[in-house]
Amino acid sequence: MTEYEIKAKNKFSFGLDELIQYRELFYFFTWRDVKVKYKQAALGILWAILQPLIMMLMFTLIFSKALNVSSDGIPYPVFAISGLLIWNIFSNGLMNSANSMVNNANIIKKIYFPRLIIPMSAILTALVDFLFALSIYVGILIYYHQGVDVAKIFIYLPLSILLTVITTFGLGTFLAAFNVKYRDFQYLLPFMIQFLLFANPVLYSAKAFTNPVINTIMKANPIASAIQLCRSVFTGQEVDWQGVAIGSSVAIVLFFIGIYTFRKTESYFADLA
Amino acid sequence: MKPILEVQHLTKEFKIGAKQERYLSLRDALTSPFRKKTDEGPSNTFRALDDVNFRVMPGESIGIIGRNGAGKSTLLKILSKITPPSSGKIVCRGRVASLLEVGTGFHPELSGRENVYMNGSILGMRKFEINKHFDSIVDFSGVEKFLDTPLKRYSSGMQLRLAFAVAAFLEPEILVIDEVLAVGDAEFQKKCLNKMKDVSMNEGRTVLFVSHDMNAIKSLSKRAILLDGGKVAKDDTVGEVIPLYLSKVKLTNSWDRAASSEQPHFTNVSISIKNEQPNLKLQVTFTVKADAKMNKAFVAFNISSNTGTMIGQAIPNLEPFIDTSFSEQTFTTEIEITGFVPGTYLLGAWIGPHYSETYDWQKDIVGFTIVESPQAGRVFPHAVEQGNIVPFSKMINN
Repeated sequence: MTEYEIKAKNKFSFGLDELIQYRELFYFFTWRDVKVKYKQAALGILWAILQPLIMMLMFTLIFSKALNVSSDGIPYPVFAISGLLIWNIFSNGLMNSANSMVNNANIIKKIYFPRLIIPMSAILTALVDFLFALSIYVGILIYYHQGVDVAKIFIYLPLSILLTVITTFGLGTFLAAFNVKYRDFQYLLPFMIQFLLFANPVLYSAKAFTNPVINTIMKANPIASAIQLCRSVFTGQEVDWQGVAIGSSVAIVLFFIGIYTFRKTESYFADLA
Repeated sequence: MKPILEVQHLTKEFKIGAKQERYLSLRDALTSPFRKKTDEGPSNTFRALDDVNFRVMPGESIGIIGRNGAGKSTLLKILSKITPPSSGKIVCRGRVASLLEVGTGFHPELSGRENVYMNGSILGMRKFEINKHFDSIVDFSGVEKFLDTPLKRYSSGMQLRLAFAVAAFLEPEILVIDEVLAVGDAEFQKKCLNKMKDVSMNEGRTVLFVSHDMNAIKSLSKRAILLDGGKVAKDDTVGEVIPLYLSKVKLTNSWDRAASSEQPHFTNVSISIKNEQPNLKLQVTFTVKADAKMNKAFVAFNISSNTGTMIGQAIPNLEPFIDTSFSEQTFTTEIEITGFVPGTYLLGAWIGPHYSETYDWQKDIVGFTIVESPQAGRVFPHAVEQGNIVPFSKMINN
C-alpha cells in the first residue's frame, strides 16, 4: 500500500506522475469548456471557424485594401490567416488560462487534483478551436491556388504550433497563478494582448522592422518565430533558424518559469481563491 | 496492523482581517512597504486547528463533531489535500476520496449524462470505472428520464440525487465526507445514510465524516471526535462524546462582534422570547455597522435546531431597507415561532444587498429554549424523528 504524507511544505516537483495519473481530466476539462462555450450558440462550433474568418476579412479590409501593407508577395488573406491562426492559439490560450483558476475556484476549494490540469486544459481548448479554424486555411489555399511545399507543412506547421503551445503554457500558468493572488491581471490582460497583437508580426511583415534593437527583440520572441514558421510554408521564404532556436529557448525557459511559479503557489490557491 | 491515517500535531493558521481573507490586490502589495504595518502580528492569526492528533485504523468509521468554527471543515480540507497544514503532518496509507460538497464540477449547461462523467472524473474516477458503474449510478439517482436534459432544467433535488449517486460509487480506501446529508428529502437522506453504512460496514472502507446530525453519527459510527476551538476536546465512543458535545452548545441570548470589518456587519444580535404558547414570538434586536457607503441591504435570520437541522429562514423585509451609509443603526424584528416543539434552537443572522451577495453571515450565534408544547395539554411526546414543527391542526367534523 502506498504511504504518503500531507505536510506544510512538500519537496518541489513538477508532479509529472500525478499528471499522468489524472490524465483523463485534461480531456474532460477541455471537452467541457469546448462544449459549454458553443452550447448556447445557434451556430455552435461553427463559430470556431467564423471568428478567425471574420478577423481575417476585417484585417484584410484595413491593412491590405486601405493601408496597402506589404504581405511578402502572397495574397493578404493567406498572409493574415497564417498569422492569425497562431495568434489565436496564443491570445485565446493566454486569456483562458489566466482566468481559469478563478473561474474554477468552486472546484479548487472542494476537491483535490493536480491544479496544473486547469490552465493546461484551458490552453488545449484554444487548440481545439485552432483545429477547426485550420479548415479556413485549407479553403483559402484552394481559393488562391497557393502553391505549398507539402514537406514543409508537416514539419514547419507542427513546429510552429508546438512553439506557440509551449510559450502559451509558460505565460498562461504564470498568469493563472498570479491572477489568483492579484486579480488585477484580469483587467491588465486584455491590454497586454492587444499590445502584443500589434507588437507581433501578425498583420504585417516582420520585414517592416528596420530598427536593429527591435530585430534583436523579435529574434527572442517565440511567437514571432512561430508565425514566421507557419507563414514560410506559403511564402517559401527562408526561415531564420537562428531566430527560431533563440525563440524556442526563450519558450522553454518561460515554460519552466511558469510551471515552477504555479507549483510553488498552488497549495494556497484554495485559501485565496 | 498499521493505522491507515495518522494525524500528528496538525496545525492550521489563518490570517484574519477582511483583506487577507479575500484576495490580495496588486495595489496593496505595491503600497504595503510604504504603509505602517498596523494589522500584523501574532494576535491577528487565527488557529483553525491547534495541535490535532489522532489515529484511524482501517475499516473504522469516525464521526467528527463540533460547533461551527471548531475546525471540522479545515481538518477535512487538509485531509483531502485542498489546503496544506501550517505545521504537523498526516501519514496516509491509502487513497483518499473526499466529498466536501455534492456535485463539485457540475455544469448547468451540460446534460445529466455528461455531468456524471465530468463529476466522476473530478472525484478521481477513471473513465472505465464510470462506464462500469454508469447504470447503477443512474439507477440510484432515479433521474434516467432526464439523462439527456441540461442540468439547469433539473430541480435542486434531482441535481442532488444525481450528485450523490456519482459519489456513492467511488471506491477509495478512505472516504472523507462533509455535511452533505443535511440537504435533500427525508427518503433520499435515508437512502444515502444506508449507502454510507454499507460502504463502511460491508465494504470495510474507512470513513470520516462531519455532521451536525447526532442521529446520523450514532447510526454510522462507533467512534467520534469532538473538536472545540481547533483542538481535540474528546476522542472516544459515540456514547461518551455526543452528550459532551450537546452540553457544550452553550446558550447565550446576546452576541457581540469581536473583530471589525470594512463591509457592513452585525455588531450585536440579541433575542428574547415574547408571549406564551401558542402565540410565541422571538424578538430579535440587531445592530448594523458600516464604515463605507454600500448598497442598501436587508437581513435574514436562520433558525436551526441544536442538532443542526435547519428549521427555516425568516426575512422580515423583502426590500433592502438598511441604509448602510449610516455608521450604526439598531433595529428590532419579531419572528413568530408558533409551532416549534420544545427544545433548543440556534439563530444565525445574515445581511446583504441581494440574495446572491453577502456582507456578513454569522451562523448559530444566539440560542433559545422552548419548554412548552405548542399544543396545550399534549401528552403525546415530541419525538425528534417527528420533526421540529407541530403544524396547527383541528378537526372539521367529529
